[in-house]
Amino acid sequence: MTTAEVVGPEGAAPPDEHREGRGGILGFWDQLTSDIRQGNLGIVPIILGQIFIVVFFSFKATNFFTAINFSNIIIQMAGTTMLAFGVVFVLLLGEIDLSIGFVAGIGALIVAELQLPGTGWQVNGLIAMLIAVAACALIGVVQGSIVAFVGVPSFVVTLAGYLIWQGVILSKLQVRGTIIIQDRWINYTASYYFSHFAGYLIAAAVTAVYPVSRLVGWLRQRQANVSGESIRSIALKSAGIGLAAFGVVAICNHGVVQGTPFGLPLAGLLILIFLVVLTFLAKRTLFGRHVYAVGGNAEAARRAGINVPRIRVLVFGISGATAAVGGIILAANVNSVALTFPPSTLLLNSIAAAVIGGVSLFGGRGEVRGALIGSLVIATVSNGLDTAGYSTGTIYIVTGLILLLAVTLDTVSRRLQVRAGR
Amino acid sequence: MTDTTPLLELRNITKTFGSVQALTDVDFEVRPGEVMALVGDNGAGKSTLIKCIAGTHMADSGQVFFEGKEVTIHGPRDAGRLGIEVVYQDLALCDNLDVVQNMYLGREAARYAVLNEPTMEQHTTETLAGLRVTTIKSIRQPVATLSGGQRQSVAVARAVMWNSKLVILDEPTAALGVAQTEQVLELVRRLGEQGLGVVIISHNLHDVFETANRITVLRLGRNVGVFEREKTTQQEVVEAITAGQPTKVSGIPATQVVA
Repeated sequence: MTTAEVVGPEGAAPPDEHREGRGGILGFWDQLTSDIRQGNLGIVPIILGQIFIVVFFSFKATNFFTAINFSNIIIQMAGTTMLAFGVVFVLLLGEIDLSIGFVAGIGALIVAELQLPGTGWQVNGLIAMLIAVAACALIGVVQGSIVAFVGVPSFVVTLAGYLIWQGVILSKLQVRGTIIIQDRWINYTASYYFSHFAGYLIAAAVTAVYPVSRLVGWLRQRQANVSGESIRSIALKSAGIGLAAFGVVAICNHGVVQGTPFGLPLAGLLILIFLVVLTFLAKRTLFGRHVYAVGGNAEAARRAGINVPRIRVLVFGISGATAAVGGIILAANVNSVALTFPPSTLLLNSIAAAVIGGVSLFGGRGEVRGALIGSLVIATVSNGLDTAGYSTGTIYIVTGLILLLAVTLDTVSRRLQVRAGR
Repeated sequence: MTDTTPLLELRNITKTFGSVQALTDVDFEVRPGEVMALVGDNGAGKSTLIKCIAGTHMADSGQVFFEGKEVTIHGPRDAGRLGIEVVYQDLALCDNLDVVQNMYLGREAARYAVLNEPTMEQHTTETLAGLRVTTIKSIRQPVATLSGGQRQSVAVARAVMWNSKLVILDEPTAALGVAQTEQVLELVRRLGEQGLGVVIISHNLHDVFETANRITVLRLGRNVGVFEREKTTQQEVVEAITAGQPTKVSGIPATQVVA
């Protein structure tokens, strides 16, 4: 690289020769091999790992590779995935939020309280959920403000939050005991299944939306005379997404328990909606760009005129809101909020999910979809070990080893990347 | 050099930090299309002078003229509005972002908070082509993967892109190898050819003589001379840096100021 460094005096080639080369599958292959050579492995090892895990448990446990267990995994992972989405934003800033586990508990507690009949403050379940999400976002904003304006490290602020919100849940539920959730809207988040027809309709909508949105982008790039993604690559990705959407729905629609047919769980659609909205927020908006900038170099971002404290506060707000959503789904899954809620693994599993999905702990690197991939791995392993009859202890050990393996791979690949770059 | 109004002119700038007299009656000027080097030993007041221009510091007394009009610069925003951009030594780039994203850092093109990538990509391409920065393979690669010279080029291009009239470069070659230094110096000359005023701060007299049209020497917070590159030697400049006598502008007798 060093020899080619001198500027050509005649300034020959225009610098926009990127994204050239072969299109379609061959282009994808070129990109992949060059990425691997540069140590930019991306999600490839995780996907391979996931396939291995699925195959392994399919042989190990007879009940694992069934349609109904597929929807089970979707519902089991939904709560953790929501928290992990928020974790991605916090980690992108290079911060940490340890309070989300119990903030999720607070969110569940709020909906449980608000739907309780005969209290005088009972509201519709949908409104209860909105209030819970707003309240938890506010908790995040308060914690984020202490980080951003006072300068207390986020580790300490959210550790305090961890204790405080756990304390609130304990003192509330020690008196009340378990609160049963009866509101159907709330319970639907974990127990509603779409009809087979509605499932396919959703799959069709998903399949249609992606190519349309990409084509709009393609036309705009065309107008601006910027070389962008090729039509063929868009078509290929659209086909892949369509295949995945219809595949997921088809498998879910095959689920039958004691003669009752099941379908695509609402929780699956919720995951998808949050994935799309938050990915858009991270990748296509000013806010998202500034999150990446602050995480990459806060001082440079500040000098470039970005309001760094504002970004920090908003990110912690997002983290609180997604925690509430996750908490509601988890509570709905057991139709109650008990003293043991939220599960002790929730916090660390959601952080582990983001990290396994390739989000760096040091800020500025990672994607929203990483949270989904990471929690899919964790949920599959935990479900598989459970189905195969292993103890909780084994589940923890294996999850820990996978986390270690994922981060080690990422660290090594990053070192390769630096070497290839300079 | 044509004899037009200076782009930037500082007169009798004085700045003290507590009991330390950082700048004493310093005069400084940059003409359009000129590369002006600012040299001096450590503690000569180069950085302080730059910060007065960039708005990071306010001078205690003295006048600043920009394009012939007297201005006061209260902060970096004022400087930016006038068309003054500073490229600091650390470059202030985000390693995790790509070239386009860094060029538009904090000034992203967007409608309803949604980024307009095609526009940003197009302008970045044009700006880099205009500066003939041709070594960057893809403007969509993260800045972390660029060499030191390429990073410097991105930082300079970013400063130029915003209709700036005066670009100040703080030690642009300090961390670079020979080939990359050459690349950046070429870029600095080109900025001058495009009609911008350029101030380059450097410890390296070789770089200064490679690029600058004129050289302002500071010593202990005072002017000790302004030299035309074609009429001076490195020897003369080194003497001015190490032992120069205070003089307002070359040719005019020194004014004695008691601090």
